Amino acid sequence: MSMMKEALTKPILQNNPIALQILGICSALAVTSSLKVTLVMCISVTLVTACSSFAVSLIRNQIPSSIRIIVQMVIIASLVIVVDQLLKAYAFAISKQLSVFVGLIITNCIVMGRAEGFAMKNPPVASFVDGIGNGLGYSVVLFSIAVVRELFGSGKLFGFEILPLVTDGGWYVPNGLLLLPPSAFFLIGIFIWVLRSVKKEQVEKVEFKITKNTRSVKEAF
Amino acid sequence: MEHYISLFVRSVFLENMALSFFLGMCTFMAISKKIQAAIGLGIAVIVVMALTVPVNSLIYNHLLREGALAWAGYPDVDLSFLGLLSYIGVIAAIVQIMEMVLDKYVPALYNALGVFLPLITVNCAIMGGSLFMVERDYGFADSVVYGAGAGTGWALAIVALAGIREKLKYSDVPEGLRGLGITFITVGLMSLGFMSFGGIDL
Repeated sequence: MSMMKEALTKPILQNNPIALQILGICSALAVTSSLKVTLVMCISVTLVTACSSFAVSLIRNQIPSSIRIIVQMVIIASLVIVVDQLLKAYAFAISKQLSVFVGLIITNCIVMGRAEGFAMKNPPVASFVDGIGNGLGYSVVLFSIAVVRELFGSGKLFGFEILPLVTDGGWYVPNGLLLLPPSAFFLIGIFIWVLRSVKKEQVEKVEFKITKNTRSVKEAF
Repeated sequence: MEHYISLFVRSVFLENMALSFFLGMCTFMAISKKIQAAIGLGIAVIVVMALTVPVNSLIYNHLLREGALAWAGYPDVDLSFLGLLSYIGVIAAIVQIMEMVLDKYVPALYNALGVFLPLITVNCAIMGGSLFMVERDYGFADSVVYGAGAGTGWALAIVALAGIREKLKYSDVPEGLRGLGITFITVGLMSLGFMSFGGIDL
């Protein structure tokens, strides 16, 4: 039981798929300019990761190892097609906004990475829980970025006005940069910085050590 | 002719796969520590993209889209929901074939690209190229130009980033930002730079 709990909670902060494993960054950047779209994307990715891990794990002893990547791809692609069709049927506007990024869940490394790295060696239920955990880890990062971008970029959360804009007679001048793509890079960089300042063991080793400056201030000037 | 040149320039600079659509980020971050490796991967991406986008365009226009099967006597069939599955299959197959052909006929290039080829199957830039082609309804000639252009743009971005990271190695970065953190911020700045191409129209 404790193993299940660990599989569920560990990926959220300690072994975060985006900040530590460098998986699934592409969509993290592109869909975070509004919260509603982000929410839909997070749910889709979490579901696809969990279900594909479950399915791969069910047949893990039957897959010949030489063609395992193709088999995993087919399972993931079929699940994504289901998600895509559901979105087109019930949330057409959001599906248009997500455009190609729903299809790109197939090549999202989190899904593939968990299928290959965890589900191939573990029983189905544990893999399912691991998939949910990693999906949540992904969602945490996406959500914190989306909150900052939408709140300070357009003064809204989920489309409701929080900070009244100057253009509507309020006081808040929106920061347009936050709606542009590059801001997502800065925000993820800062997120990683904060996470690693708290959890020191995640800091990367330097390849090239800079020697201490030995000259005194008086000598220098 | 001007139409194609304009499309090429747009896909290399304005709609750069890596810096304005964030596609292929995982490999973009992971393989950009050395310029040599980045060049190898960049060339592999250009070749694979220039092949897969036109092939997927043929498959979409002649087999999958609504009414495309009219030549076989099924004018009402719409198979476009099978798109995702066929694109990824085509990409995986082409990468595999390329690996075998290179191994047999150009072993020098195979040794240089060897480790990167399997990585390309899961590179979202390749898949993204095919999906954009479908969404924007490019014809066959357009898709050849678009595939080559998008691949070139991605290669340009990763080589530029590798150059910056090789210099960055000798700088004193705050502890928590080392490695991944500072790379993200660097890419953000590069992306801002590429935004200045916006509005150029040939």
